[in-house]
Amino acid sequence: MSPAPAVQIMPPEKPVPMVSAPQQQPPLAPEPETPFKVEVQDLNVYFRANHAIRHVTLGVKPQTVLAVIGPSGCGKSTFIRALNRMHDLVPGARVEGRVFVDGEDLYARGIDPVLLRRRVGMVFQRPNPFPTMSIYENVAAGLTLNGIGGNHAEIVEHCLRQAALWDEVKDRLRHAGTSLSGGQQQRLCIARALAVEPEVLLMDEPASALDPIATAKIEELIHELKEKYTIVIVTHSMQQAARVSDNTAFFYLGELIEMGPTAQIFTNPRERRTEDYVTGKFG
Amino acid sequence: MNLHSSFTYRKVVDRGMALVCALFFALAFIPLLSVLWLVISKGAAGLSWSFFTQLPKPVGEVGGGVGNALLGTLFMVGLACLIGLPLGVGAGVFLAEKGDGTVGRSVRFMAEVLSGVPSIVVGIVAYALVVIPMGHFSAIAGGVALAILMIPTLARATEELVRVVPASLREASLALGVANWRTSIRVVIRTAMSGIVTACLLAVARAAGETAPLLFTALNNQYWNTDPRQPTASLTVAIFNYAISPYDDWHAKAWTAALVLLIVVGLLNIASRVLTRSRLKGAR
Repeated sequence: MSPAPAVQIMPPEKPVPMVSAPQQQPPLAPEPETPFKVEVQDLNVYFRANHAIRHVTLGVKPQTVLAVIGPSGCGKSTFIRALNRMHDLVPGARVEGRVFVDGEDLYARGIDPVLLRRRVGMVFQRPNPFPTMSIYENVAAGLTLNGIGGNHAEIVEHCLRQAALWDEVKDRLRHAGTSLSGGQQQRLCIARALAVEPEVLLMDEPASALDPIATAKIEELIHELKEKYTIVIVTHSMQQAARVSDNTAFFYLGELIEMGPTAQIFTNPRERRTEDYVTGKFG
Repeated sequence: MNLHSSFTYRKVVDRGMALVCALFFALAFIPLLSVLWLVISKGAAGLSWSFFTQLPKPVGEVGGGVGNALLGTLFMVGLACLIGLPLGVGAGVFLAEKGDGTVGRSVRFMAEVLSGVPSIVVGIVAYALVVIPMGHFSAIAGGVALAILMIPTLARATEELVRVVPASLREASLALGVANWRTSIRVVIRTAMSGIVTACLLAVARAAGETAPLLFTALNNQYWNTDPRQPTASLTVAIFNYAISPYDDWHAKAWTAALVLLIVVGLLNIASRVLTRSRLKGAR
């Protein structure tokens, strides 16, 4: 490996392909010179002596989907978990560098990771509904646990509809969240993440534990959610990255090798390693 | 051919192993069944409403009961719960959440050692700590002795139960922007709760069945007593006294008292099942 950090910044001026982006939505980023919703500058993550993420710099524009691809162990999950400070909980983990959401540095002093995580929601690889809670309670969990008032019933219905789960569960909202099938549980977890109204949604291989039909539903959902949220999705499946994302970032051995519009990454990558990976020569 | 014979062989071994398991299960069941059978067959005859409500009567007099001992057992176990449950569960939660440091390791080590201490030793400790300073035997001393017995096992059980809650649930809660401590209480401990309730009730059942630590802490009492500073009767000590007596009449009472104790412990087990049943439909 070359010691020089592999850094790729998306040129800010370059228009990002936005599929059916609504025009009435005002741009969420305030300054015109920083159009990124999420911006990562020289991010490094260490687990004790292991340098897991090396000098990653990239940006994600509002209401776009960034797919993070790469072979197992390349740091995809480690990377997106740095975006809502989930590494704070891991003993021995250390994060250096800066992550901005709307221009605000998440790792600056005085930033409360608890409040931050309400703005940056997360969906995990395995569906993890709370086993002691009903379907309804699971969706409302972010509200009840945080003591947020309001019309929970309405929010729950809205989020379940957004997650395309309402019609399947509306007659059994009091049943256990764990009584659902795997794909339904994952959509339940998406609804739960949406209920606290995040601006950014991180998805860590959300469909890897699901069958193809459930996967298709989740992907369809990502298309719809993109109209409101900025999404970063880690995926093992290059087909999935091609289907759901506007931009793709290729990680290898903790480094960001290349990032660009998805079509370009898959058809005309600049880097040899990217090409080898997307054409199936390794990984 | 070879495939067929090896398949037959496997089937034979499978059946054989299943039979061996069933046999050992039956063997393990014999002591349990014989205890139940003996206690019920010898004790059921003496069961009557008055046995639960009346004071013991002197030798030779018909009737009388173990009402005061039943009350005393419930009273002292209640005291032990007041002291032991919060400390035991609290220590367990501490060990699971923050127990990886030096303090946690030493607390865990002590809990392990303590849970192996014979109950008679705990009785002596309670005697030295409570009975001697007070100057006489008391329900408090009995409750303290039982609590000391409960705490280490309860702490270890609670720790294990909290630790097996998947980390993914904690992460899910934190990712919703729920504070750490609130996640611990409302998600992690809440998920472990049904197990913790079971552990508590088993600890209570065990405490209710202890005799040794009560012999020289609560001693005994022939009368009704609700004053925690006074010596207090208990079912187990009553069984002990009746059983070592030379009178057939009292031996019968020992069996009946033993049956009452079994009923109390059985009720606690049923209560733990009912309490921990999920209120959710379709819960697994």
